[in-house]
Order: sequence, then structure tokens, then C-alpha cells
Amino acid sequence: MTEVLVLVDHIDGAVRKTTGELLTAARRLGEASAVFVGTGFEAAQADLARYGAAKVYRVEDPAVTDHLVAPTAEVLAQLVAQASPAAVLLPSSPEGKETAARLAIKTESGLITDAIDVQPGGDGVQTQQSAFAAAYTVSATITRGTPIVTIKPNSIAAEEAPGAAAEETVTVTLSEAATAARIVDRTEKAASGRPQLTEAAIVVSGGRGTGGDFNPVEAFADSLGAAVGASRAAVDAGWYPHANQVGQTGVQVSPQLYVAAGISGAIQHRAGMQTSKTIVAINKDPEAPIFELVDFGIVGDLFTVLPQATEEIQARKG
Amino acid sequence: MNIVVCVKHVPDAQSDRGFEADHTTDREGVDGLLSELDEYAIEAALALVEAAGGEVTALTIGPDDAADAIKKALQMGADKGVHILDDAIAGSDAPATSLVLAEAITKIGEVDIVLTGMASTDGTMGVLPAMLAERLGLPQITLASELSVEGGTARIRRDGDAASESIEATLPAVVSVTDRINEPRYPSFKGIMAAKKKPVETWGLADLGVDAARVGLTGAWTRVLEVVPRPPRAAGQIITDEGAGGRALAEFLATHKFA
Ligand SMILES: Cc1cc2nc3c(=O)[nH]c(=O)nc-3n(C[C@H](O)[C@H](O)[C@H](O)COP(=O)(O)OP(=O)(O)OC[C@H]3O[C@@H](n4cnc5c(N)ncnc54)[C@H](O)[C@@H]3O)c2cc1C
Repeated sequence: MTEVLVLVDHIDGAVRKTTGELLTAARRLGEASAVFVGTGFEAAQADLARYGAAKVYRVEDPAVTDHLVAPTAEVLAQLVAQASPAAVLLPSSPEGKETAARLAIKTESGLITDAIDVQPGGDGVQTQQSAFAAAYTVSATITRGTPIVTIKPNSIAAEEAPGAAAEETVTVTLSEAATAARIVDRTEKAASGRPQLTEAAIVVSGGRGTGGDFNPVEAFADSLGAAVGASRAAVDAGWYPHANQVGQTGVQVSPQLYVAAGISGAIQHRAGMQTSKTIVAINKDPEAPIFELVDFGIVGDLFTVLPQATEEIQARKG
Repeated sequence: MNIVVCVKHVPDAQSDRGFEADHTTDREGVDGLLSELDEYAIEAALALVEAAGGEVTALTIGPDDAADAIKKALQMGADKGVHILDDAIAGSDAPATSLVLAEAITKIGEVDIVLTGMASTDGTMGVLPAMLAERLGLPQITLASELSVEGGTARIRRDGDAASESIEATLPAVVSVTDRINEPRYPSFKGIMAAKKKPVETWGLADLGVDAARVGLTGAWTRVLEVVPRPPRAAGQIITDEGAGGRALAEFLATHKFA
């Protein structure tokens, strides 16, 4: 069977949920081959096997991870030449999209970003995407080269299927151009103890309406095991870290449940959450545009509604 | 320092955006404007040139209306504009767009920094800066929330969800900036008047030596099969809190197995 390359998203071998989703999608198109770049291979191998990677290409050269994006694209281009895969799948993270972009030019291949579904079809691979803040669904196919697709987290359900995850070490010779942008300093973000925003099944976000007090938002989120997000207004005010910003210029989330508290629902915010399956809003203003999107809305003060809901959820848990 | 800022004219996100019969973005039926994320790139370019001297060129590809994007950049303070206008370009995908931009940047020549926004507000792919770097063979330092240039080296801060990185490259380089980098200026009255006298060149594909078969719908490496409006969301249930709103929320979440 033809190979399908999947770029593994991980932090020192801790494999992110999106990788299981990508491997699941890859198995629809052919035989899944994971491409693992960086340190922590041993920790990752079992996870990659669990989601059906038949093979894992292992690239450990620090020159690849010490430089931004371009070396990873060269690694993938080398593997595309070597394995002639049916497709290359990458996560729709900024790094995933930029790597895909360079790979597309290198291999003269069509690129589709932010796919929410991938199936065999069209001219080989058929994708679905959301456009214009999820007002449209677009089906597309790739007509040239090796289809390159980046897939949005939480769009495809990861399914386990045992694979051999057979290791194959890859040695790379990087060009000078690939190592031109040097990462000279790196500060890891402190873990919040909550689920990762793009991966979470439930996201609870706070906006300007919190007035800077995220306690009720966080307590409510924790009662649901949710990740916490924020509007740009809350981030700009310095109330919550930028890494948690949901929207056009923050992260795009697509959870089972999205709760917006004290958020008006500006188009730029909607661009980051409109594909959520179920949407709930709490807002003092009955005219707030966020109510156009909701499955359940409460016109009220988040400082009374959220604590009461949190208490009730705790009580039901017993 | 010579900076080229790539800008895009996009349908206003506040309007009813849609598609044409050939699946390309409808640019006729809705008001257009300079993609607001490009304003940050223009501001970053102006700040660099104000500090170190040099010239800012605003570069765009698009139909006639796209001249408005250049005009806005000139009003903000860019020195000159280049408009790539050619009917054959309509329907181009990102690889074709990056090809045309790369050829235009090469023709402009002597460029120290190619600056872009983080993504367009219509296509939202965010892949063009990386494609440009690949095509031009230049270092890519993208998604900058901070940018400084010293002694021929550019340094940026890039904030990801797992880490914040400091990244360096020797110029010339391709730099993209996020909406956290600065506060874009509004054009002043003086700026608006001055813009009218600034030079804008219009080039076609022939001027760039780009074969028309490599761009547009025919040159695209992807093909749209179908565009379907998303079914309107069923109107939700909205209640007013009169003391039991929180419990009603908990009830809703329990019914839907979230709690
Ligand atoms: C280039 C650009 C990019 C952008 N990118 C993003 C982005 O990625 N993400 C994003 O979120 N925004 C983004 N924005 C900003 C966006 O346009 C809005 O300004 C922002 O989303 C507003 O945040 P908000 O809803 O928290 O604040 P507001 O719009 O001020 O809304 C606050 C809401 O809280 C309600 N409220 C107040 N007090 C209470 C209370 N006690 N209880 C309940 N409700 C209360 C109010 O009724 C109001 O509806 C961007 C803007 C630009 C120009």
C-alpha cells in the first residue's frame, strides 16, 4: 500500500492529540508513516503504534529543531522523493502550515490548509474546509504533485488501530538556506494543568465582561474539565495570556462545547470558535451578537450565573 | 533599508462574504478594504525606516480595486506602490500568488526586508510568507510579536502555544508580523494629501516574465469541487436569568452529557 506521511506534533516525545487524528486520516488514504523530528522518540513510539503508524521515520539532528520550519520542510521533501507517498498530512498549527507551505513549493504540490475532513476522492484526496468564519463549507482536491494537507485539531476523531511503528532512522543534509533562521532563545510556557486549548473537548472563554476577574470562568471550566480561553479584549487588557486568545489572530478551536462568558461575539472572535459543535453564551446584553450563534444562551451577569452553575455541577457530581 | 510590504485588498469581514459561480471569492458584490492584518506590517515597515532610513514599497496583486490597498499604505506613509494587475491572475492559489509576488520583489530589487501580515482576513491560510521565503531563498522569520534590526541582523519574538522563541536571521529576510507587534497609525490629513503624489507602478505578468499558464484557475495546484453555505444554526434557546440561570445552565449541560 502507498505510504501517507504524517508529521508528528509533540513536545519532547509527548505526542499531541492531533497526531492520533492525523494518523487516523492517513489510514483512510494508505499506510500511515509517521515522521518524528526532535528528541523523545522512545516516549512517542508507543503512541504512534497505537494510532496505526506502520513506520516511523526518525530525525534527531538538532540542526533541524534549532531552526525555524525550513529544515523540517527539507526533511519532508527528502522523504517525499524517497517514498513517493500518496499524501503528506500535517497539523494546522502555525508551524505545520508554514512547513506545508515550503514543502508545497519545494515539491511543486498543491496545498490545502485547515481541512476539517480528508477522504480518498477527487484527484486522489478530497478535503473539506470552513470558509468565511464558517459560513461556508468548501470541498476541494489537489491536482498537482503530492497532496499536502494540514488538518485542524479536533476535526477528525482519532481511532486506535495497532501498527508496528517500525523505526527508520533518517539522516538529513540540510541546505544553507534551511538553517538561515536561527532559534537563539526558547522559553517553554508553564503548564496550566488544564487541557490544551486546541485539543480540549470543552472550552470556556472569558471576555471584557469579566472585568479582569477570571476566577468564575476558571472555576466553571475546572468543574467541566475544560480549557480556558479569552477574547482579545481580555488579552489586550493583560488579564489573560495571549496563548489563550481565541479568534482570528489567536487560536481556532473546534470543541464539542464552547462557552463564551462576557464576550460580545465580534467577527474576529467568531472566526476562532464558530465551528464548535455546541455553543453557550452568558452575557448581560440581550442584543449581543454572540446570541445569534448559541444553542443555549443566558442573559445575565456572569458573576452570578457561572458560580451557581459551578456549584450545581459539583453538587450533581456528589 | 529597503522594505517591500505585501498587502492585500479583501472583502470586508463585516459584510456578507461569499463566492462566485467559479468558486472564487466574490470581490464585486461586497465592499473591499486593506486586510486589517496588513496594517501591522505597514506600521512595522514605517517604524524601521523612520529609525534607520530607507524606503517602503507597498506591493499588491489584485483587480482594479486593489489599488485602494496601496493607496491606504501610501496614506499611512509608504513611499511608493507597485500594483500587479493582470486578468490572468484571477483565481490564483497561494503557490501562484507567491510566484507572482516573488518575481515582483525580484524586479523591485535591492530589498532588505519583505514584510507581510500574519494572514489575509479572507483566505486566512497564513502560508504566503513561508512560500515567499522558499521561492526567494531568503530566511523566514515569521509571526513576529516583536521585531528589531541591528547591524544587518533581524531578530523577532515568536509566541507559540508551547513556547516563546527568539529567532534571528541575517538580512535580507522575509518577516511576518502579528497584531501584537504595534498599534497601526491612522493616515493623517497630510499623509492623505501626500499619497496623491506618490508613484504607483502597474505591472502585468509580461513585465514579470511569468507565463500566464502558471497562474489563475488553470495554473492552480488545487481545485474547488463544491462550495456549500453552512446550514443556518437552529435558533437556540435563550433565557433570562431571574435567579436560577446558573442551575438552568447546569441542567442544559447535564442533559447534553457535558457535566
Ligand atoms: C485585526 C484584529 C484582530 C482581532 N483578533 C481577535 C481575536 O483573535 N480574538 C478576539 O476575541 N478578538 C479579536 N479582535 C477584537 C474583536 O474585534 C473584539 O474587539 C473583541 O473580540 C471584543 O472582546 P470582548 O467580546 O471580550 O469585548 P466586548 O466586545 O467589549 O464585549 C464584552 C461583552 O461582555 C458583556 N458583559 C459585560 N459585563 C458582563 C457581565 N458582568 N456578565 C455578562 N456579560 C457581561 C457585554 O454585554 C459585552 O457583550 C480582533 C480585532 C482586530 C482589529
